[in-house]
Amino acid sequence: MKREFYKSLRTISHEEPLGPGGPLCAGCGGQLNLRLFHKALGENVVFVNAAGCSTLLATYPLTPLNSSWIYTAMACAPAGAQGVRDALDILKAKGKLSADQDRKVVVLTGDGAAQDIGLSSTMAAIHRGLDFYYLCYDNESYGNTGFQTSASTPYGSRTATCPITPSSPHGSLHEKRDLFEIWRVQRPPYLATVSAAYPLDLSEKIYRAGKFKGPKLFIALTPCPPGWEFDPEWSVEIARLAVETGIWPLKEAIHGEVAHTHVPRKFAPVENYLARQGRFRHLFEPKRDEETITHIQATVNNYWSAVRNNEVSSDGAPAPHPHGP
Amino acid sequence: MTRTMLTGNAAAAWGARLAEVDYVPAFPITPQTEILETLAGWSQLGEIPARVMMMDSEHSMLAAAVGAAATGVRVFTATSSQGFLYGFEMLYAIAGLRLPLVLVNVSRALAHPITLEPDHNDVLSARDTGFLQFHAETSQEVLDSILMAYRFAEHEKILLPAIVNLDGFYLSFTREAVEVPAPEETRNFLPAFRPAYPLLSNREPVAMGAAVLDPSLYSYFKHQMHNAAENVLTIYPKIAGEFAETFGRRYGIIEEFRLDDADYVIVMTNSFASMGKAEIKRLRQKGKKIGLARLRLIRPFPHEELQRVLRGRKGVAVVDQNISVGKGGILFSEIASALYPLADRPPVLLSFIGGLGGRRFRPGEFDGMLAKMENPTESAAETVRPHLLFTGEECRQVGRFFTIAREEEPSRET
Repeated sequence: MKREFYKSLRTISHEEPLGPGGPLCAGCGGQLNLRLFHKALGENVVFVNAAGCSTLLATYPLTPLNSSWIYTAMACAPAGAQGVRDALDILKAKGKLSADQDRKVVVLTGDGAAQDIGLSSTMAAIHRGLDFYYLCYDNESYGNTGFQTSASTPYGSRTATCPITPSSPHGSLHEKRDLFEIWRVQRPPYLATVSAAYPLDLSEKIYRAGKFKGPKLFIALTPCPPGWEFDPEWSVEIARLAVETGIWPLKEAIHGEVAHTHVPRKFAPVENYLARQGRFRHLFEPKRDEETITHIQATVNNYWSAVRNNEVSSDGAPAPHPHGP
Repeated sequence: MTRTMLTGNAAAAWGARLAEVDYVPAFPITPQTEILETLAGWSQLGEIPARVMMMDSEHSMLAAAVGAAATGVRVFTATSSQGFLYGFEMLYAIAGLRLPLVLVNVSRALAHPITLEPDHNDVLSARDTGFLQFHAETSQEVLDSILMAYRFAEHEKILLPAIVNLDGFYLSFTREAVEVPAPEETRNFLPAFRPAYPLLSNREPVAMGAAVLDPSLYSYFKHQMHNAAENVLTIYPKIAGEFAETFGRRYGIIEEFRLDDADYVIVMTNSFASMGKAEIKRLRQKGKKIGLARLRLIRPFPHEELQRVLRGRKGVAVVDQNISVGKGGILFSEIASALYPLADRPPVLLSFIGGLGGRRFRPGEFDGMLAKMENPTESAAETVRPHLLFTGEECRQVGRFFTIAREEEPSRET
C-alpha cells in the first residue's frame, strides 16, 4: 500500500480525543487502537458501543471521550448505528442538522460481540450498506468477563474456560475464526486489519476508508495484558511481534479485493510471539509442546504461501489439526 | 375528518401516519405485519415522509429505535408475541434511556405450544420495564391511543416510551368504522416532535447509556423512572381533556360500563371486553346489578382510579387473559393490592383466567362468575387461587384430539 496521506508519524494528529485517567487496564491495546483510530477520524464522531471492555469507558459521571457515545447492548450495536445514521439523515433532510454538525457513526465492539452474539446484526448492517465505521478490538477472548474463549481465540491458547489440565494440555483446539473473510463475503467497500504497532498503516487505512460511502470495517488485534499475561509495557511490542511473525497479517479489501499492506521481509518464528505470553506458557513449560507450536507455525506458513500464490481467498485454510478438532 | 372502515392494524398504521413519525424500524411477525407493510407502502409511494427500515430481528429493530430516538427523531414501531420477547432486552434499554417512542404490540399468545391467537402474556411481560401501557378495545381506540401515547411519552415530566396494545386477530383483522382525523386537526393536539432531552445530534458531545457503578445512583435513576411514570396519572386529565376538545372523544383511564348502580363488577381489558359488555347487557336484562370496568391504562397502574371505581361494591371478578404460571392472573394480583388498604373494599374479589390463546367465553360463564360473587362459598385459601375457565365440552374435545394424536397408522399388511 502506497501511503498517500500518512507519510510520517508527524502527520498523526496531536489532538487527543481521549482524556487521561480512563478506567481501562494499564497497557490496554484496545484503548491504544481506539485513540489512534479516533485521531484519524477527527471530530464529530458518535460511538455506538456493544457490551465489552470498552463499555466501561463511559462510567457515570465521567467519559474520557470528546465525542458522543451511546451504549446499546451486546448483540446490536450495528443496529443501533443504523438508527443513529438514519436519524442524522432524516434531520439533515428536514434542515434540522447542518452539514458541519453531521456525525461519523462508529460501532465499537470486542471480538466476542463481533464474532458471536452480534454477528447477525453486523452482517445485516453490511448487507444494508449502512454508511458507518466498525472497529472491532480483537483481544481474542471475552476479555471484560475475565478472558473466556471466544470464536477469535487462537489455537493453543489457554483461556479461563479452557484451562490447562492433564486431559487438555494444549489449550484451545479451535482455530481462530476468520472474521475478515466472513465480512468480505458481502464485499463491503472497505475492510482492513490494523495494529496499533503500525500507526501509519492504521491511520492511512482510515483515511482511505473515508473516501467510501457504506460499511468501513476494521479489525484491530488488541494485546490484553491481564488476559494474555504479559507486562503492560510490552503491549506495542506484542502487537508488533504478531505482525512480524505473520500471525496477524495487515491487509485491506476494497469491494472484496484483498491486498496485503505490510509483508514482513523476513518472518520471525511464531514462538517469538507465543513465548512472551502467559496464555501460551504451557507450550514451553514444563516441557516443550513441539506438535502444537509446529501446527501454529504451519498454519501461518500455509497462509502466507497461499498469499504468495495469490490464493488466500480460496486456499488460506489452516493446517490439519494435530490434536483433532 | 373521514369516517372509514379500518382493521385494528390499519388503524395503528393511521395512528403512526397522523403522528407524523419520522422513523419506523421494522421486522415482520404475525399478526402485526400488516401495520409495517402499510407504513412501508405509504413510505415508498411518498404518501408519508417516514423512513421505514427493514431490520434483521426485533432485537435489532428496537436497537435501531434506540439509536434514532437518541438522535432526535420521532420513532414508531410494532411487534407481537415472540418478536416482543426476542427484542425484550431492548425494552429496558429504551425505557432506561428515557426515549419517548411508541411501540404497538399486537397481542398473540406465547409459544410453547405455538399459536397465533391472542392473550396478554406477551405485553404484560413488559409491565416492569418502564414502558407506559395503553390497552385498546376498538380500532378507533387504537388510532386515538397512539396519538395520546406520544403526548404522554414526550411530556417533559414523563419521558418514557409507550406501548399501545391491541388483540391479534380479534381486533388486528377486524374492520370497524373509524373516524380518521385530518392532519391539521391532529397537529393541534400533537405538534411536531421537540425532544426535551439531550441528543446524539447535539453540538455538544453526550454520553448515553453510561455505566453506573454506584448502587445509590442506580436506585436514583430507577426511582426517577417510577416517579415519571406516576406523573402520567396527574397529567392524564389534561391530555385526555385536550383530546376530547380536539376530536370529541373522551377516554378515561378506566372505561366504566353500566357501573352506576352496579353491586358486582367484572374487570377486563382489550377487545374481549366487547364480549364481556354483551354479557353484562344480557345479565342487566335479567335484573342483575352488574357492570364492567375496562382497564385502559395498565402502566402506570391506576391504583386510585381503581379504588374509586371498585370501592363499596359487593363483589369484583377479575378476568385475566393471561396466566402467571404458578400464581394466577397478573391483573388480579395488582387489583387486590390496590383495594387492600380500603375499609370499604369489596368483600368478594375473585380471579378468573379466560381467553388464553384466544379462547372464547362459553355460554353460562358470566352467569357463573356472578353466582360465585353473589354466593361466595369458598375458603380464603381457595378464593385467592384462580378459576381456570374450561368446560366439560372442551375436555371432551381435548380428549378427541388426544385420540387422534395417539392413533397409529393403519397397518397395510393385513
